[in-house]
Amino acid sequence: MIALEPSTKKRPEFINVRVRRQDAPGKAPYWELHKIKYEPEMNVISVLQRIAAQSTNRDGKKVTPVAWDCGCLEEVCGSCTMVINGRVRQSCSALVDRLLADNADEIVLEPMSKFPVVRDLIVDRARLFQGLERVKAWVPVDSYFNMGPGERILRDDQERNYPLSQCMSCGCCVEACPQYNKIELTQKSGETNEEFEAREKEAYSEAFVGPHAISQAMLFNNHPTGKVLAGERLDALEGPGGLASCGNAQNCVAVCPKEIPLTTSIARAGRATTLHAIKTWFEK
Amino acid sequence: MAQSNSPTRVVVVGGGLAGLASTMKLTELGAQVDLISLTPVKRSHSVCAQGGINSCNDATRQLGDDEWKHLDDTVYGGDFLNHQPPVKEMAFWAPKVIELMDRLGVPFNRTGEGFIDRRRFGGTLYKRTAFAGATTGQQLLYALDEQVRRQEVEGNVNKHEFWDFLGPIQDETGRCRGVVAQDMVSMEIRAFPADAVVVATGGCGLIYGRSTMSVFCTGSAASRCFQNGAKYANAEFIQVHPTAIPGADKLRLMSESARGEGGRVWVPRTPQDPRGPRDIPEADRYYFLEERYPEYGNLVPRDIATREIFDICVNEGLSVEDDRMCVYLDLTHIPRHELDRKLGGILEIYEKFQGVDPRDEPMKIFPAVHYSMGGLWADYVKSDEGGLEAGAPRNHMTSIDGLYAIGECDYHYHGANRLGANSLLSCIFTGLFTGSSIMNYSASQESGASDVPQSLLDSAVKTQQDRHDHLLHGNVGSEENPYLIHQELGDLMTRVATVVRRNDQLEEAIQKVDELHERAMKVSLADTGSWTNQNVIFAKSLQDMFPLAKALLKGALQRDECRGAHYKPDFKKPSLTSDDPVERRRQAEAWCDAFEANNEKYLKSTVATWNASTNQADLAYEDVDTSLIPPRPRLYGLVGAEEIEQVWNERAAEKAAQSQSGPGLVGTN
Repeated sequence: MIALEPSTKKRPEFINVRVRRQDAPGKAPYWELHKIKYEPEMNVISVLQRIAAQSTNRDGKKVTPVAWDCGCLEEVCGSCTMVINGRVRQSCSALVDRLLADNADEIVLEPMSKFPVVRDLIVDRARLFQGLERVKAWVPVDSYFNMGPGERILRDDQERNYPLSQCMSCGCCVEACPQYNKIELTQKSGETNEEFEAREKEAYSEAFVGPHAISQAMLFNNHPTGKVLAGERLDALEGPGGLASCGNAQNCVAVCPKEIPLTTSIARAGRATTLHAIKTWFEK
Repeated sequence: MAQSNSPTRVVVVGGGLAGLASTMKLTELGAQVDLISLTPVKRSHSVCAQGGINSCNDATRQLGDDEWKHLDDTVYGGDFLNHQPPVKEMAFWAPKVIELMDRLGVPFNRTGEGFIDRRRFGGTLYKRTAFAGATTGQQLLYALDEQVRRQEVEGNVNKHEFWDFLGPIQDETGRCRGVVAQDMVSMEIRAFPADAVVVATGGCGLIYGRSTMSVFCTGSAASRCFQNGAKYANAEFIQVHPTAIPGADKLRLMSESARGEGGRVWVPRTPQDPRGPRDIPEADRYYFLEERYPEYGNLVPRDIATREIFDICVNEGLSVEDDRMCVYLDLTHIPRHELDRKLGGILEIYEKFQGVDPRDEPMKIFPAVHYSMGGLWADYVKSDEGGLEAGAPRNHMTSIDGLYAIGECDYHYHGANRLGANSLLSCIFTGLFTGSSIMNYSASQESGASDVPQSLLDSAVKTQQDRHDHLLHGNVGSEENPYLIHQELGDLMTRVATVVRRNDQLEEAIQKVDELHERAMKVSLADTGSWTNQNVIFAKSLQDMFPLAKALLKGALQRDECRGAHYKPDFKKPSLTSDDPVERRRQAEAWCDAFEANNEKYLKSTVATWNASTNQADLAYEDVDTSLIPPRPRLYGLVGAEEIEQVWNERAAEKAAQSQSGPGLVGTN
């Protein structure tokens, strides 16, 4: 990245922000236009903070503040993913000056389209985390007692794993993935929250697990103790909603804010599952 | 022993490093855990910690380091405001913590041979800090998150994410029997009965409006315990980190590891030198930390670095920019590949948010509110060895029976000013260490989660439901906006209660905060809906910032001294002025007398109790347990430090000789 062009110093007095709102799951979405005063060094979070503080729309009519999700504001926690001017990204690192350079008229904010909307820009990303359960993304240590150091790990291995372990489950990769489709169920009358969650989980567990989860499987398969579960992880990736669902569109790697080599992980997973399948066949 | 056969139920509030470590350990010991968090736990603020985690290790041991020195650096760095037994226990556990995290898969940076690599941090002369690039907190948090997910799959943990903790439930004896919490999506308020409750909700930086903390760090959970009778200690000690990137929405941290890896802080010697930083020759640069503190250089402890940066900008007028205060933090002399390998994560943050590559151009940075040294008062049981008694139920219990506080939201381990790279350690350590204490406490109770009276749960829920309903509909006609009140509070606190503190300003601020508190209790909400109402959640957390803000300001006002992060120019101790050796010696003696007299008065923990009838914090003071290492002056950079140190050492030697020759067992406490 480069420093801002001097030309961007010619700044507007006000910014128009168009927000796609939705009051609750199942409700019809609608667009709302906001106008806020321009300040230097704004990002989309500070824009949303101003909208919350003034709680009127562009016409001065009182409206409820726009709901959104955010956390660290440093692009590490993964909370604030949304679709900004048509592109999925973290809203904290979406700088207003840059957005205005691309589109001087307005900033358009939408919730991610692959997850059920909870309200406005907040979506329910439980399915992302369930993907991690599906591939058993953890090291199965014996205990949390003091058992001495772990195995020595060569720098090359650390450097291969480190980028993968920066995945913050933000969801950009699955938003951009043509094979990851929205699953939205509605709670039936008489169904308890627990029953509903179980039904949701079941639906999620058959659909495409997503590039982030495949990459996590590769991360743990490359750990000296984590690889104990390598076979189970590969079984999961061979099953429904696993690797076969990937259409190799390569969109995931293009939008990942942490530049995680997701397609490399997918390719490695492909080779590993093939070998695993042959091995399992011989052992039959 | 517990009467029922049902497993121990523990509610853990907060899913950062401390909460996850606690959850993981408790499940291993057989507990069922309800984990309550404002956010999916993987998004907790621990994820932002950058630099690393401390422990004495095989390499530093061979250079003369040991756990005792880690303890000493911690209490010295904390300006002796720590009870020493918990710190001792932590320092001695530290190597075990690193080894466990290594086993759990944290991708620590490696040496060429495959050992865990180490870096140096401020306040120590040893390379004690293990790190995973510049995202150590993220990596540690993920490893714990993964273990908790594993326990969840095994049925030992119920996660309640997007739930807001509203307060502890206490029975007629005052014992904590569970919590009330609110689903931030459906707005349902519900009781969670428990055998014991752990609060691990981090710091309270949002009281300052903008800080390096996440939006979750409002301090409201700690405040809700405080308002229900838990004591709150050392509120006035807020660490201001020397190097952050100023921003409109928040201040982003630039880790101390940037200096640990060789980053240099400087300003041009000419005020607002118009030349670009790379065009300014060495001779025209003022490396003020290196010149003023030759031994530690850029790695002086944080309070010193922060104060010096303020001094350079405010008193010397050498800020890099004329309309905004900042100094250069320069990494451009370090090879790019080296920077990418060890600091990539934080350099990307600078690049993304400032649009400048810090590998090519020095960063512009300024101090920012970063860490709460104070927190919920928590008990401990000292062992015969001077550490903590493993498994003692009172370890980390607050003044509410059955309610535990761990991690940043308790007040141990950091003293007046945290030693860098100790916070991740304290969070994981307290999470792991208190597991057996909590289990032993639960086992010793006659009643548990399964027999909490329904009426108790119902009335706790009703109290919270009433508060909620009142906020939505009770303040008809009021125009008070919670977001604007928060801005006012933050601006005020930042102005009067960060590094430099003046009593007249503090007194004025106390009055102003009273007014803001009253206004905050009457806020009118733009959203009165019953679905994902962020407005009402924020309004509650804003209201609950005030009790902590009041404890903080009053604590700061009453503490007339400079200690750690807390600096009062009116009570600064002078340097030695005389050149005459005899007179200089006399001055050094007088300095030491004054230091001892000051310690007599102020080497105490401030312990606040909330007084609901006056809406104020009442303060008391408790003695600090300095039984392991006697306090000594922190003399970084003071003119005459050598003489003072000599006098001090002579006195200490004399005291030690006296206590040895004295009759029988004379305590040195």
